[in-house]
Amino acid sequence: MAIKTEPFVLNVGPQHPSTHGVFRMRMTLDGEVVVDMEPVFGYLHRSIEKLAEGRTYTQNIPFTDRLDYLASMSNNLAYVLAVEKLAGVPVPERAEYLRVIMAELQRIASHLIGVGAFLNDCGAFMTPILYMMREREKILDLFEMVSGQRLTYNYMRVGGVSQDIPEEFLPALAKFVKVMPGFIDEYDQLLAENEIVLARAKGVGILPKELAINISASGPVLRGSGVKWDIRKADPYSVYDRFEFDIPTGSVGDCYDRYRVKVQEMRQSVRIIKQAMEQLPSGEVLTEVPLRMRPPEGEAYGHIEAPKGELGFYLVSDNSETPYRFHIRASCLINLTALSDMMIGWKVADAIITFGSIDICMGEVDR
Amino acid sequence: MTLFDNYWIHFALFVVIILAFVLTMVMGFIYIERRGLGRLQVRLGPNRVGPFGVLQPVADAIKVLIKEDIIPAKGDKLVFWLAPVVAFVPVLMIFAVVPFQSGALLADLNIGILYIVAVSSVAAVGVFMAGWSSNNKYSLIAAMRDVAQLLSYEIPLVLSIVGVVLIAGSLSMTKIVEAQSIPFILLQPLGFLIFFVGALAEINRAPFDLVEADSEIVAGFHIEYSGMKFAMFYLVEYCEALAMSAIITTLFLGGWKGPLLPPFLWFLIKVVGVFFLFFWIRATVPRLRIDQVLAFAWKCLLPLALINLLITAIQVLVWGEALPWVIVLVNLAIMAVLVVLWSKLFRLGGGRVAV
Repeated sequence: MAIKTEPFVLNVGPQHPSTHGVFRMRMTLDGEVVVDMEPVFGYLHRSIEKLAEGRTYTQNIPFTDRLDYLASMSNNLAYVLAVEKLAGVPVPERAEYLRVIMAELQRIASHLIGVGAFLNDCGAFMTPILYMMREREKILDLFEMVSGQRLTYNYMRVGGVSQDIPEEFLPALAKFVKVMPGFIDEYDQLLAENEIVLARAKGVGILPKELAINISASGPVLRGSGVKWDIRKADPYSVYDRFEFDIPTGSVGDCYDRYRVKVQEMRQSVRIIKQAMEQLPSGEVLTEVPLRMRPPEGEAYGHIEAPKGELGFYLVSDNSETPYRFHIRASCLINLTALSDMMIGWKVADAIITFGSIDICMGEVDR
Repeated sequence: MTLFDNYWIHFALFVVIILAFVLTMVMGFIYIERRGLGRLQVRLGPNRVGPFGVLQPVADAIKVLIKEDIIPAKGDKLVFWLAPVVAFVPVLMIFAVVPFQSGALLADLNIGILYIVAVSSVAAVGVFMAGWSSNNKYSLIAAMRDVAQLLSYEIPLVLSIVGVVLIAGSLSMTKIVEAQSIPFILLQPLGFLIFFVGALAEINRAPFDLVEADSEIVAGFHIEYSGMKFAMFYLVEYCEALAMSAIITTLFLGGWKGPLLPPFLWFLIKVVGVFFLFFWIRATVPRLRIDQVLAFAWKCLLPLALINLLITAIQVLVWGEALPWVIVLVNLAIMAVLVVLWSKLFRLGGGRVAV
């Protein structure tokens, strides 16, 4: 007698340790193999885009903190860039450098969580993420020095940054920059060439180059697929054209490539911070702008290379105190669109690490 | 001494000793693992309850005792109730033949190791019952994984034991220890490796902890368990680790033998040492995928175990039961060559399935 089998539906999430927030995957499984996957978003929807249309341009900065809450500085930066473009506000040189330093520190902090969480999804029992938390803690200390906050910094302002750095900041940063490459080596020693990591992540969850471009993926996901695209080089904002750095890329676009790209980006970020510290000029950090500013009628799109991809803010002004339209190009959401193509045909365990390797933050996916 | 020669008094005494030993050691293991993992993961670990947190396991036990005991509404209630017991009893039964020191064991069966192999597999039935009766898809996946994994790893595990039995010339645990004038880890290095990996898989510890696979199937078979029944599974997990450490100590590390210190202490030190290896590995490596786990058992461990058995048989045939010291070096070399060669030869396979 032949045994009859049938596929069954498995709900992964919204409460699941590996969905990194309240993401839900409605998987159809044939044994262990994923035959269909339907992503369900929206459990963390807070209507930030609509709320922002009722508040002034300055009041909206704290909202951006709460998008990708693991990279608040980057979100601040993307938003203020868009407003500055809209209103034509000049930014002092020192503020530009401080912004770059903060954005790169934030990239390291975000990648530490991204890589750690990915290795955790691979089944390494907490060790990598706890090692990485140790360094993230130092970055958070630095952020606390400049902004007083450890998660939602609200540091950038239209026309600069809210306050100059305290005097103990630069020595602490110099120390951090000095030790960080050693710590990255330590992570690599722990797991980068580990046989099990290679067996689990190599060739798994491949996002082909063409598909990556077609879904307009960005950030480490796109670069992992072998596309050399980084907005810091392609459309330099702030003072990024003054620094020397490489764009690490992967080759096949599997989970391992995405993981390696993130680790190498951390090294590049350290490089950028070093250069920025050397070139840091003195002077003002904030151009005075009216608190209730009224940008001229028009539209502007400011985008940056956030840790997780291209983060853009599209603003339309009708010359009132509040934006007429406030749209966020959320890289996390767009990177997720190819998820089912990457998962189908793989096993449950592969599906989990594929999702983990994309490195998303639900705060930005659902907004 | 006449008092202890009485069968029933001996029996009663050792039942009490085993229960006390197992429960205290499990508490100790929980503490050692949590504390040790803490150090390995650059954090402190439990340090609040009692001096250096030694009472943490007690606090944990009290916590699970007073928790609400939830049974899934559509679960199979009887099986759900029985599962923790079915899982726990066989693990406890293993200790009946583990010699704590010379002559100090519940029953010196002349087929001791065979008894262990037979009894320890029963625990998987309990795990499967738990997974099946919970009426939860995650736990069902875990149950299927557990059975597949156990079936695969039982074979190399037993084959590597046969090598030991050949050299010792007996199935009795006491005799095996007494035969170890050279610890069998040196005479059977390949057998030890296979047994160690097989043991990790058998007790579902990292990197073979697919049954619990926290990041995939959340907690696997005991996802629906709470309160005391959950504590039973927790107990089973550590009991199995303790049992496997004790078996490895007896088979490969010379059991209670050792200089200076009393034999029982030597036994304890070796058991804790093996357990340290268990959680050191847990803190270091990620988890394998189910097909990789099975491929590893069938394509790598099984052939190696067969080769090991063949080599051991030839050596025993040539030298008899008293193997000379030179064999240690020869066997170490053979192990190195075979492991390196096999790791180059075999492929895990897997990959994308067309759907």
